Amino acid sequence: MTGPDSSHTHTDTASPPAWRRPTYELRPQAEGDGRMLEISMGPQHPSTHGVFRMDVMLDGERVVKLKPVFGYLHRNHEKIGESTTYLASMPYTDRLDYFCSLTNNWAYALAVERLAGLQVPERAEYIRVILAELTRLQNHACLGGFLLQDMGASGTPLMYAFREREKILDLFEALTGARMMCNYMRFGGCRCDLPPGWLERARALVAGFPRFLDEFEALLTGNEILMSRTQGVGVLPRELAINASITGPGLRASGVNYDLRKADPYGIYPRFSFRIPLGDHGDVYDRYMMRVLEMRESLKILEQALRDIPDGPIIDPKAKIRGFRPKPGEAYARLEGPKGELGFFLISDGSPNPYRYRVRPPSLINLTVLEDLCLGHHVADVVIILGSVDIVLGEVDR
Amino acid sequence: METLEQIKTRVELAVPGASLTVIQNGSPCAQHSILVDNEHALEVARFLQQDPQLRLDYLSNVTGVDWLEQVLQEKSRSRRVIDGVEREIEETTEKRVPGYLEAIYHLYSMELKHGPVILRLRTSDRAKGTVLPSLTPLWRGAEFQEREIFDLYGIRFEGHPDLRRILMWDSFADHPMRKDYVEPDDYEYEPTPHDEVLERARQHYLPRT
Repeated sequence: MTGPDSSHTHTDTASPPAWRRPTYELRPQAEGDGRMLEISMGPQHPSTHGVFRMDVMLDGERVVKLKPVFGYLHRNHEKIGESTTYLASMPYTDRLDYFCSLTNNWAYALAVERLAGLQVPERAEYIRVILAELTRLQNHACLGGFLLQDMGASGTPLMYAFREREKILDLFEALTGARMMCNYMRFGGCRCDLPPGWLERARALVAGFPRFLDEFEALLTGNEILMSRTQGVGVLPRELAINASITGPGLRASGVNYDLRKADPYGIYPRFSFRIPLGDHGDVYDRYMMRVLEMRESLKILEQALRDIPDGPIIDPKAKIRGFRPKPGEAYARLEGPKGELGFFLISDGSPNPYRYRVRPPSLINLTVLEDLCLGHHVADVVIILGSVDIVLGEVDR
Repeated sequence: METLEQIKTRVELAVPGASLTVIQNGSPCAQHSILVDNEHALEVARFLQQDPQLRLDYLSNVTGVDWLEQVLQEKSRSRRVIDGVEREIEETTEKRVPGYLEAIYHLYSMELKHGPVILRLRTSDRAKGTVLPSLTPLWRGAEFQEREIFDLYGIRFEGHPDLRRILMWDSFADHPMRKDYVEPDDYEYEPTPHDEVLERARQHYLPRT
């Protein structure tokens, strides 16, 4: 394989190459026998969180080369989006990152609203924020559980996290009728109003969640085994993180202060007071801590949103549900999903179907640096590094 | 952030020979874009990445678009003398706008927190000239996204370090996101090692003469 600086003919000696593919120096022959083992992890490996394969070259236990292989779940989501109407793609966005269907809905609705210039009523904005932050809570809680599962703490942490996730999914079910495939947002608002008593249930959940977090952290954050397995493992340098378009908690663990809720605000996020946690080292432990700290910040947002939510309409009365045809043009909208920056790019040619429907998948793009993170580490560390990147294959393969 | 016209002027000063066109966007969000010529695209992108006022260090999104050949019909009336009599004749002329493939780059700045600056690169046609310069040497975030466009649209990115199919399998021949793609009847067909086995089995059970 040729590096980027050798294969293009551009010669500008003044500026160094923006990035370099990582290399791993083999151990001297005296230590190992110089023979390497190529193994194929996946596509049906329990640690890969779905149908995902990694071709790993090993020198003893150390990773020398790692190539991710995608496409096992590919169904050409974008082509399907181009062959149906705008609204008909909404339930299909649930299937991208099936853990966080509500943020997918919101990102798509945001793109269409930018494209057609629709306004969203106050109450609907609050509902969207509440649902997005609940989604973030359950995604991050489960990620902690999965990460510990990958590390060998079989069952218990994951079940603790799933217990909390069940409570949040119950709220989703009460509101949208579905636990995971919610299909709730509409262009210019939401599909239906909150059922009676929902806000009280949500407030009770938010009030009880810190207790779960404290318990989770007491068990794990200071745990000696967790620290020795994760600290200094899979370090992502700050410059590489920016250059490789890494987003979400993985970027902030490397110390880059870039959260779209603050950096490029959408919805009504500027109204809430919350902070962006940042990491120092960019290793797996920092990525785990980012999730825990972000959950605490999400709880702050939820408390404020559940306190301030006004009465009123939940959808713009001028928004057309049927026969929706935006004027020719294009729009790109992005939001801070639990896994990173989720974007939708739409081109309209004035017909009922989008001419181009593009999803910017954070899970796929965050895998760009997987090889860099894993080189030189043990095979067992590959599993937790992949776990800390946080991917969902429905979104990686689309 | 500066307007696109200001950026265009500064880029054309910094990169001699580059020709940039601002493309207007009719949508209310008014995200206009800049069309860059392919020869100078890498230079222009390098300028945008390193210029201290712009510092577009973050490539958010790369999109491929397929624009088919358009046939525009124009009607024109003219007076001509035919067989000694002057008549008014209506003629329709067909004007062909050739199709092309397009790659759209959405650039933001993480350092200065502004954006987007949208770059467009266009191929010369949809058949043989589907080559564009790769921006992966500048932004590694384009690596998988350009591979995806190569896979689904068939744009070859020159200078990409590892241009392979990413979502479809390697022996797949077509580009499914193109607008004129027709899916084959046996679209679930995928060559597997079993085919060899099945062929051997078929040979084995051939009627013996």
